[in-house]
Amino acid sequence: MSTTDQSPGMASDTFEDPGVPTHHRPRLADNDPKAAKRAERQVAALFGISALGTVLAIWAYFTQDIDAADVATIRQANLLIGLGICLAMMGIGLGAIHWAKTLMRDHEMVEERHAMRSSDETRAAAIQDLKDGAADSGIGVGRRGLLKGSLITALAIAPLSLLVPQIGSMGAPWNVDQFRHTMWRAGMRLTRDPDGSPIKAADVTIGSVFHVIPDGLYEESHPLEEKAKAVVLLIRLDPRDLNIRPGRETWSFDGIVAYSKICTHVGCPVALYEQQTHHLLCPCHQSTFDVANGCKVVFGPAKRPLPQLPIAVDDEGYIIAQRDFEEPIGPSYWDRLKGTPFTEEGGE
Amino acid sequence: MNALARRRYSKSAPLLLVFALLAALTVIGVVASPSQAEVATASSDDIAAGEKLFAANCASCHGLDGQGQDGVAPSLVGVGAAAVDFQVGTGRMPMQASGPQAQAKKPQFAQEQINQLAAWVASLGAGPAVPTAEMVDPALGDAANGMQLFRTNCAMCHGSVGGGGALTQGKFAPNLWETTPTHIYEAMLVGPQSMPVFNDANITPEHKRDIIAYLKAQDDGSPGGLRLGTIGPVAEGLWGWLIALGIIIASTVWIGARSS
Repeated sequence: MSTTDQSPGMASDTFEDPGVPTHHRPRLADNDPKAAKRAERQVAALFGISALGTVLAIWAYFTQDIDAADVATIRQANLLIGLGICLAMMGIGLGAIHWAKTLMRDHEMVEERHAMRSSDETRAAAIQDLKDGAADSGIGVGRRGLLKGSLITALAIAPLSLLVPQIGSMGAPWNVDQFRHTMWRAGMRLTRDPDGSPIKAADVTIGSVFHVIPDGLYEESHPLEEKAKAVVLLIRLDPRDLNIRPGRETWSFDGIVAYSKICTHVGCPVALYEQQTHHLLCPCHQSTFDVANGCKVVFGPAKRPLPQLPIAVDDEGYIIAQRDFEEPIGPSYWDRLKGTPFTEEGGE
Repeated sequence: MNALARRRYSKSAPLLLVFALLAALTVIGVVASPSQAEVATASSDDIAAGEKLFAANCASCHGLDGQGQDGVAPSLVGVGAAAVDFQVGTGRMPMQASGPQAQAKKPQFAQEQINQLAAWVASLGAGPAVPTAEMVDPALGDAANGMQLFRTNCAMCHGSVGGGGALTQGKFAPNLWETTPTHIYEAMLVGPQSMPVFNDANITPEHKRDIIAYLKAQDDGSPGGLRLGTIGPVAEGLWGWLIALGIIIASTVWIGARSS
């Protein structure tokens, strides 16, 4: 705004308006009729390519029969139709630009900029309109108190109609207790994902990995939500390789251990198990957990070991859970350890 | 319409019957036959020849008796013929250079020699046998069920359509499109290198065949065109950012440039 107020005289000692260049460099096509003819032919050729593309797309649409059982026919039809549409559109675009650049008039144009400020007349009229409106409504002179009061009330409470439903429907996630527990219960069988068949301890040979869901998952009212919390990886190591953490001596069964599959970093499924190193890798941010050492973090951004599910074997030889996880699974959140006997552990 | 339908059904009924009979026979055959082929087919000549080959090509690491050496090579007692057929048949063994993992290369032995080696190693201790051709025939598998199993058990390392992917410290899960059905089956059975074991109690032989059918269905390619590596958002992002964006920038420069 301030620059518009400066008079030309004040600005004169800074620099001069260079204006429009006096010399104009002509293009080849401006002087050479041959070059102009050539450019014309190039533009026409581009439009011609566009027309051919249209014909190709329509031809492909009618001749390229798609056999749903044969992916190759789908791919070929897609390729030819897409290529046709591509040529049709691009030919027009390239032709038009080439035309404008080589053959259309080549002259410099100056577009003047104006001050943003409205004229004094318009400004005065606008202010007068506002004043007239205020005088008509009577707000300024204290009349019509009922109207004023009811309008202010309406304006003040109107946003609640949007805010209350939105905050209200956030109700469920505010309840952090539902993160604290999964559907694992004492005696619940570990079953195969996805078919839900129970797993015998003898089935889990050394080096095996079973992707596990709780028995009866699909009878739950929200199976996917329960699955997202309760998925477990069941792994058998040579018992000689397994360093059991103090206090967890009874949590595994002859080298068979069960750990939550939900990463403690941001909750991706951690399932890339390397049998020889006993490392478990999370594909999202490369957090690496050492299964042989209580799934402690050996690399990456995760802060805590994966929670371990205490397991046992029932009378029929099937693997069962002793109880739910002892700490909340997955990433950290406020109040995570409130009410649990667990203390925060580092991943060193 | 009804008459037409009836006529069509009556015409195809014998054919359907034959199919049903075949299917029933297949089911009986699969159920009745042992899930792992007998090693008994290997003759004592094969075992003797295998022992010679082993002594000449494998013993420097695995030891003359196949017991392995600590920190050098694992014991081969009980790994079975399937492990040998996989490791030697895909060229991973004999290993030519040490590295994060033994990589597939051109097989160093003819299939007959591999069978002899496998026979000898299998004679060291019971282990999984090489599957029969029928057990790995993709045509007999259910690719849709195979997809479900693959996405639960395999996709986290090998990618959702078997394109492979990175593991830790230079190790990687290979892509599975060039791998033969027999080798895919054996890999699940024995769990080579970093790969965990998926024994028959975890994924049944029929389900292993379904997985093979799913992987072989990927040979048809993707209906959308180029796969862009199928290793996930990195490869696709590279195309989007470098190549597609590059084309856009190049055309912008061309549009703005003065013509000569």
